[in-house]
Amino acid sequence: MLYREVGQYKTSYGADQALFPILQDRIGITVILLFAFVGVPLTASSFTLDSVLIPVLVLSLAATGLNLLTGFTGLLSLGTGGFMGVGAFACYKLTTFFPNVNIIVLILCSGFFAAAVGTVFGLPSLRIKGFYLAVATLAAQFFLSWCFIRIPWLYNYNVSASIEVPTKTLLGIPVTGPTASPVTRYLIVLSIVALLTLVAANLVRGRIGRTWMAVRDMDLAAQLIGIRLYQTKLLAFAVSSFYCGVAGAMMVFLWLGNAESESFNINQSFLILFMVIIGGLGSLLGSFLGAALIWGLPIVLRAAPAFFGLRIQSATAEQASFVIVGALIIFFLIVEPHGLARLWQIGKQKLRVWPFPY
Amino acid sequence: MTHLLYGIFIDPFVQMGAAPDLLVQTLWEGLVSGVLYALIALGFVLIFKASGVFNFAQGIMVVFSALTLVGLNEHGVPAYLALALTIAVMLVLAFAVERVILRPLVNQPDIILFMATFGLTYFLIGLGELIFGGDPKVMISDQLQLPSGSYRIPIFGGYLQMQKIDVAATIIASLMVAALAVLFNRTRIGRALRAVADSHKAALSVGISLEQIWVIVWFAAGIVALATGIMWGARSNVSFALEIIALKALPVLILGGFTSIPGAIIGGIIIGVGEKIGEFYWGPLLGSGIESWFAYVIALVFLLFRPQGLFGERIIERL
Amino acid sequence: MHLKKLALSAAAASVVGLSASQAVAQDTLFVPLFTYRTGPFANSGIPIANGMHDYFNMLNARDGGIGGVKLAIQECETGYKNEKGVECYDSVKSKNPLVITPYSTGITLALIPKASVDRIPVFSMAYGLSASAVGADFPWIFNPPATYWDGMSIVLKYIAGKEGGFANLKGKKIGYIYFDGGYGLEPIPLLDQFAKEYGFSVTKYPVPPAQMQNQSGLWLSVRRDRPDWMVMWGWGAMNPTAVQEAAKTGYPMDRFIGVWWSGSEDDARPAGAGAKGYLSLNFNAVGAGYPAIKDIEKYVIAKGNSQTPKGTVGDNFYNRGVMNSAVIAEAIRNAQRITHKKVVNGADVRRGLETLKISDERWKQLGLPGFAAAIQVTCQDHNGHHSAYVQQWDGTKWVKVSDWISPMKEKVLPLLYGAANDYVSKNQPWPKRTEACDDKTL
Repeated sequence: MLYREVGQYKTSYGADQALFPILQDRIGITVILLFAFVGVPLTASSFTLDSVLIPVLVLSLAATGLNLLTGFTGLLSLGTGGFMGVGAFACYKLTTFFPNVNIIVLILCSGFFAAAVGTVFGLPSLRIKGFYLAVATLAAQFFLSWCFIRIPWLYNYNVSASIEVPTKTLLGIPVTGPTASPVTRYLIVLSIVALLTLVAANLVRGRIGRTWMAVRDMDLAAQLIGIRLYQTKLLAFAVSSFYCGVAGAMMVFLWLGNAESESFNINQSFLILFMVIIGGLGSLLGSFLGAALIWGLPIVLRAAPAFFGLRIQSATAEQASFVIVGALIIFFLIVEPHGLARLWQIGKQKLRVWPFPY
Repeated sequence: MTHLLYGIFIDPFVQMGAAPDLLVQTLWEGLVSGVLYALIALGFVLIFKASGVFNFAQGIMVVFSALTLVGLNEHGVPAYLALALTIAVMLVLAFAVERVILRPLVNQPDIILFMATFGLTYFLIGLGELIFGGDPKVMISDQLQLPSGSYRIPIFGGYLQMQKIDVAATIIASLMVAALAVLFNRTRIGRALRAVADSHKAALSVGISLEQIWVIVWFAAGIVALATGIMWGARSNVSFALEIIALKALPVLILGGFTSIPGAIIGGIIIGVGEKIGEFYWGPLLGSGIESWFAYVIALVFLLFRPQGLFGERIIERL
Repeated sequence: MHLKKLALSAAAASVVGLSASQAVAQDTLFVPLFTYRTGPFANSGIPIANGMHDYFNMLNARDGGIGGVKLAIQECETGYKNEKGVECYDSVKSKNPLVITPYSTGITLALIPKASVDRIPVFSMAYGLSASAVGADFPWIFNPPATYWDGMSIVLKYIAGKEGGFANLKGKKIGYIYFDGGYGLEPIPLLDQFAKEYGFSVTKYPVPPAQMQNQSGLWLSVRRDRPDWMVMWGWGAMNPTAVQEAAKTGYPMDRFIGVWWSGSEDDARPAGAGAKGYLSLNFNAVGAGYPAIKDIEKYVIAKGNSQTPKGTVGDNFYNRGVMNSAVIAEAIRNAQRITHKKVVNGADVRRGLETLKISDERWKQLGLPGFAAAIQVTCQDHNGHHSAYVQQWDGTKWVKVSDWISPMKEKVLPLLYGAANDYVSKNQPWPKRTEACDDKTL
């Protein structure tokens, strides 16, 4: 009843192929974006911005990158952490070489370095598939982790092998460093994530995305109809690593303020992979939902006992969150292998025919 | 530049010749760690052969079983009783995994099952920490009457030092491989396992109970994990850092093939020895610490030339 | 049906989550403790957390707090991870914390730029950024009683003493095994400088965090290189594994010396008899025979108000935690005295830390006679560069085997100022110090 498409006619191919063809969808996305850009900065606390929203946005961008590679192209990758690190360190070196260039430009440029590295480590993908490719990406992950600490040039020969973020301004307002307010950083992260997600959405719906999905579904058949496998796979690696690199740069410059090699280790790769699995492989919305759940759940778990008046040790809450996340992964895979995004889709479907059951 | 070339191609061999006792020692260390990697890979192979699931949780099963053993002992249970109880716990775990994970996901694609084992890993990490605490623990080697101390064998002018526990680990691992080989090839259950590995439907149609077979195979993998946990815990402490070392079993599987038990052993030894030799002789050139990625690079190179590993089945793609 | 339940429960959970926050009573002194009781560093983190927590609980139970105001203690689990540390910091910074103790060099580095903006002092006792001893550049960071560079100079003084003088160091080989992170990398410049000056060679053995328990290859290299002395900068699971491996390869334990963070009983005990002779630095006393610790046992542990396992009271790291809390308590008392307020805030405690003076007599008054060297912090010198002693493992306990050795300040201070300038220049714009100095040294 609410979600009826009756009466919405399209009069051009362009309108028919639009990203949000239904009016209700367009209203919905406008409301969400308004809330995100205007409502949240006005109402959210500094803790929510700093420790919940900014991390979720940054990690969902990384999850989008991994989703493009694993969900849309079917190439399982465990090197996400390493590629994020490449972006972060590239951005740091770029700020050293070009201290006067706008930081947002530098963050976006650092993605290209991550893309280059990702392409190099994607080279084995023509001969190797499935789990075997996961091992190749593991090699990338461990090798990059090693590089981040063994190549002192990357962290400007800092004695502690960590990178500190310099304060950069945009139109006179500090955007990175300790003086940048959470609202400023949140708005910049949100803008970059929104822009890149729009790009990803168009990529996925276009020719490139279709070649990726063809490779995922059956690569032999894809080859037979003329899709060039090697280029497609390498492009997937490149684009995915670009997203991961930008996410890594944002993680250091707009969220944490500093990083060292350990921030981009194998556990980070697993974390992003879990987000993609729970959110739904092959769905951009899934990246956001997965990131929100996996990042938000431990925070809720830590805050919940206090809310109910129970005193639980912080360590116990940490361990309980592991147990619950693990159980949730298994639960989601059993109940809905296509993840939260599929649940959302089912919800929308039900809404379209509501109040009728089908 | 010549310094670099010298360092790569000539110097390591000079060193090998100059101190042959160190070379033998490196080979021995590589053999021991290779055997332990192989044990972990063995658990993977067992489960993969019988249920087609790539059990990412094998590493955490190693840690969890060792933790259970040590934790029970800490609470006052005598060593051998704790061992028996731990074996019982692994059986319960096998039942639980079959009931909760394998049965509901029976027809799903492999990648889903693989990710379910991810969830199992996280679950066991949290559960282990909750029950037994997060700090590293000492393995109860004395109570289990595992040998300690070492043999020192004079050789090549220097000496070769072999820890008794390492020798015991190698022997136990070989016995376990032999036992598993006998199990697979000579017993009725082994035949059933091989049948299930070939085709689930055909096995069902001749009356083999899939659920039973899965429980048996996960239990067997649990026992292997326990043995690995005891051995590895005796060499260093029992802590969750072992879980990451278990990732090293992946290159072993690449080399040996995912479905071959002798392949797991040979692959393990090659990776172990290769890693140690690489770190010892070429490591200082690159700044050392290359052990963390060297095994994966070996596996990667191998993959480019022989994707099915040394003993695995040829990968045939069917349309 | 399924869906409805899921949706409702999700909504409920999110409401609970985002609106929850732990309330802190108005008239208390809030001290958050960043601890790690899980993860690969838990074996080092747990006794320190216990010591810190118990001492504060004892002050509450015995004295009713500090100056009559109770302390509110809250532990936040970081697992030694930087992101968790930053998250803990964000969650406590709005609750008027008096001081932050990150207990991790990585987390300290992440918090240093934020501390001055948020006006919360960071107390990184003998860890963190060595250069933060320069009070003019880092007004909000404090790291008494000694920096890593002081520690390295003390180690070298001890080694030189054993070798018969600095001149005899020429031609010797020193192996440096270290945690491959900020904590282990920091002393290297001083070590290299000394190597050049005194003519010994340094072989470095880094231990990546993922390889902490897999050091057999590394110690094989030690066997090949045969260094005369081994110096260790380890933490967490790295320590006991290193001591075990050293015992296994037969490295002479009385030539193996670790920094004060590698000196827990749990680091030496797992190696059994083989660990006998292992040396380490220390700047606090070991043992439970101090009036303050007896008070802890009486007022806290006997009342069941502690997580400390039996028999670990008086262990080295437990006492380290006690010392941490004792120094913070003194700083709070100082702050109360200077500002004539009972309920102080972070900025007040900064002034309290900056005028910290704990003499030997004062340690006695605190119930910890001879527990640690006298500590003095000034506006200019946020560290004090105080002495440490060397202790040796005799198979069952630590035994003091040297006098208090003072660091080589004349070598350390130039490096310190150089590093501080380097940090400030690389992190422009770095805020100039605007905080007034209470003791007129700045």
